[in-house]
Amino acid sequence: MGFLDISHVTKSYGQVQVLHEVDIAVQEGEFLVLVGPSGCGKSTLLNMIAGLEAISSGDIAIKGRVINGVHPSKRNIAMVFQSYALYPNMTVGQNMTFGLEMHGVPKPARDAALADVAKLLQIDHLLDRKPGQLSGGQRQRVAMGRALVRNPDVFLFDEPLSNLDAKLRVDMRTEIKKLHQKLKTTIVYVTHDQIEAMTLSTRIAVMNKGYVQQLGTPKEIYDTPANLFVATFMGSPAMNILPATVVMEGGQPHAEITDADGARRLLRFSQGNLAEWADKPILLGIRPEAITDPEGADRKSANIQPLANRVTVTEPAGSDTFVTMTLSGKDVIARMRADAMVAPGEVFDFAINMDKAVAFDPATEARIPQ
Amino acid sequence: MSTSTTADFRTRLQDWLPKVVLAPSFAVILLFVYGFIAFTVVLSFTGSKMLPKFDFIGFTNYAKLFALQHWTTAVVNLAIFATLYIAISMAVGLMLAIFLDQKIRGEGLLRPLYLYPMALSFIVTGTAWKWFLDPGIGLEKTMHLWGWESFHFTWIKDSDMAIYTIVIAAVWQTSGFVMAMFLAGLRGIDNEILKAAQIDGASNWQLYRRIVIPMLRPAFLSAFVILFHLAIKSYDLVVALTGGGPGRATELPATFMYSYTFTRNQMGIGASSAVIMLMTIAAIMVPYLYSELKEKP
Amino acid sequence: MAAVTQDTAVSTGRVTRTFLYVVLGVFALFYLLPLYVMGVNSVKPLAEITGGNMMALPRVWTLEPWRAAWSTAQIGIEPTGLRPYFLNSILMVVPAVAISTVLGALNGYVLTKWRFRGDTIVFGLMLFSCFIPFQIVLIPMALVLGKLGLAGSVPGLVMVHVVYGIGFTTLYYRNYYASFPTELVRAAMMDGAGFFQIFWRIMLPVSGPITVVSVIWQFTNIWNDFLFGASFGGTSQPMTVALNNLVQSSTGVKEYNVHFAGAILAALPTLFVYIVAGRYFVRGLMAGSVKG
Repeated sequence: MGFLDISHVTKSYGQVQVLHEVDIAVQEGEFLVLVGPSGCGKSTLLNMIAGLEAISSGDIAIKGRVINGVHPSKRNIAMVFQSYALYPNMTVGQNMTFGLEMHGVPKPARDAALADVAKLLQIDHLLDRKPGQLSGGQRQRVAMGRALVRNPDVFLFDEPLSNLDAKLRVDMRTEIKKLHQKLKTTIVYVTHDQIEAMTLSTRIAVMNKGYVQQLGTPKEIYDTPANLFVATFMGSPAMNILPATVVMEGGQPHAEITDADGARRLLRFSQGNLAEWADKPILLGIRPEAITDPEGADRKSANIQPLANRVTVTEPAGSDTFVTMTLSGKDVIARMRADAMVAPGEVFDFAINMDKAVAFDPATEARIPQ
Repeated sequence: MSTSTTADFRTRLQDWLPKVVLAPSFAVILLFVYGFIAFTVVLSFTGSKMLPKFDFIGFTNYAKLFALQHWTTAVVNLAIFATLYIAISMAVGLMLAIFLDQKIRGEGLLRPLYLYPMALSFIVTGTAWKWFLDPGIGLEKTMHLWGWESFHFTWIKDSDMAIYTIVIAAVWQTSGFVMAMFLAGLRGIDNEILKAAQIDGASNWQLYRRIVIPMLRPAFLSAFVILFHLAIKSYDLVVALTGGGPGRATELPATFMYSYTFTRNQMGIGASSAVIMLMTIAAIMVPYLYSELKEKP
Repeated sequence: MAAVTQDTAVSTGRVTRTFLYVVLGVFALFYLLPLYVMGVNSVKPLAEITGGNMMALPRVWTLEPWRAAWSTAQIGIEPTGLRPYFLNSILMVVPAVAISTVLGALNGYVLTKWRFRGDTIVFGLMLFSCFIPFQIVLIPMALVLGKLGLAGSVPGLVMVHVVYGIGFTTLYYRNYYASFPTELVRAAMMDGAGFFQIFWRIMLPVSGPITVVSVIWQFTNIWNDFLFGASFGGTSQPMTVALNNLVQSSTGVKEYNVHFAGAILAALPTLFVYIVAGRYFVRGLMAGSVKG
């Protein structure tokens, strides 16, 4: 049993079921990120934890106490909203202590808590301003401060960084991570941004169409995605997915694909158990960073397969150069070192790290266990 | 809302408190609007004279109503009045809005000048126009005094023309408001669309006719709906300006209803005329409100 | 609503611009003329009106017509002037505006922030009540006011105006609150604020603009009402009805100058409100007609 238990939770609006049997046990101090495309049910789940939406069936419990019917203010949770939801008519200080005031905390105690949190977030000098006079980053801090002041059991974050510009978003991301490391609070964080999910979380729940597709650490999610959806949703640029056939050569399973000229090519799998799939179609998944120039290949890998192929497009991005080629009729993106010498139209010797390759069952889209 | 386990007191309170707060207003509307409408509809099928009685006589009142010359006059007058009032108000309003939108110096002064009649009572408007149009002391006499001896303007005393004086006064009162609606619509149009059209080579005239005016469709619709219901409800203005006269020349359904119900003690017929008025408005308002409300999530 | 900042203006030549100014000027005169005529003739002796030009400035300035209209003119059968009726209107307008505005604010708050199944139908029914021809409710209302003992009284008129004003005030507040972020209400809810605390501490402090609109709209509508005043006013008739009685009285000489002074007196409160807060008034009219 966890600190925050979500067991068999479903949500329906009339006939439409938007969440199916969600089971997540969040441990104390954990940073759980719910990630998925819009409409996947992640915000609904967060609102149900908050008490802003009713639970259709199943239970949510905090510290062993079922809170299904408990009013949001009695759950000992705090939430940071996407729009920050700062009360426009109150000063920053009043905003942050409004919750304590509503809970009947006496003024001296409120002021003390406010001073602590303001210092922690370095917003002491803003306490007398109105939200309208703050910058985006400052509002974000105040919104977090309002949650921190309450000292709740669980913090809920609803896409808190999506209203910030790109640079500030990265800064605030680091800040939230620091704060979590320092305070060891339990956090449930909703985002549609897979980079936020990867960087912040201790565990990620990837959601789609009302189902939790996979629950695991960032590394598990990235390296061993449960299915095609998780594989393509997490990671940028997305994982390359190629139709392939498993063929046996010298007793080893190989992926049979075609290159830009339509010629048949074989890539040896590192995993022997794919022998069961001999002569069957699969979907081969290779992340862009597993396709490099030979010098840039991962030295720890035991299985680098060379592949000469024609280059279609190169996109230098400063730190890396992305190179596009065609394999099995699909555009495939490779991630090179910035100084790799590649030109469009030429035939280049790619190195593919097959240790990192994954295979999916085309029928179920589930990953074939290796 | 339902929860899989029992909600605590606070949650349940929060569930029903909003409904309790809304309930009195809604109850009042149900009773005083829809209950009263039902009551009047029922009355229109009875032979009520001075006081309501509940002897049902079917559609007799409606048959009588439409046989009355008086009612026919009122309906014809309303048709003339409503058509001209709506058309002229919209035309004047649109013209003033487009003109005012040309970076006019003094727009801030002109706008309130055009709008202030909206703040006046129809009784005040009627009083003012009544004397202004009175040949004995108003416009005609002034023109004569200024030396235009042949000037002749006696519409308000003329049974054939009096209805048009109602149109003049009504347009005076509300065209500024229509102007404001169109102006808001014009200011809501994205400037880039206009720039694009100008780069495409549209002349000023084409720009307005092909791009701007079609984009004002919502403003046209709102203005029409508001003017239409004001036209049907017009009562005070007629009372103050012409008293329904000369003779019955400016009688409208609203004045007809009042005089049959309260002066002539023909409550059944008065009720049936009110029902016809309501149905006319509902025929426009119900589809309009339905389409306005259903798009919202 | 959109800020009134951008012009849809097209570039025009000098001839066209002159034409624009002439047309706009002529219409300005058209709108001003009746007010000018009323004003100028309300400070003339009667002889100057019947014998002279209505456009001309007075040769003899007099405030006598104003004094007469206010305190001595014959209204119906009593030579009371308009003063008692002015008072009736004030006594009617103030509570009616206050009550309908408070109810509208609460209704708008519930209809946007505490939505429930069927709330759109409830709102639709309230909204339609703004547009009914009031002739349809005159007969039953007369009976009900009689039964309640409110016929011919100021409280009766207050009740009538509250009932038929709720639709408008609810419309205004609903449209205004609809654009108010619901996340703020949720945040307050999680902070532990209750239904009325959220209304009082979060919603009301930012409701200033729409309250101005609602108050002006209701004030103008109720002050200017004639139908209900004439039907249910009895001995407590409002200003509009008294003005009509004054102007339409068929006995004696028609004292036009007194009529004009009376008409301006009847128009003064709404004109004053319009001049003081006209900008909000326009915005309010828009809110009622443009989709919120």
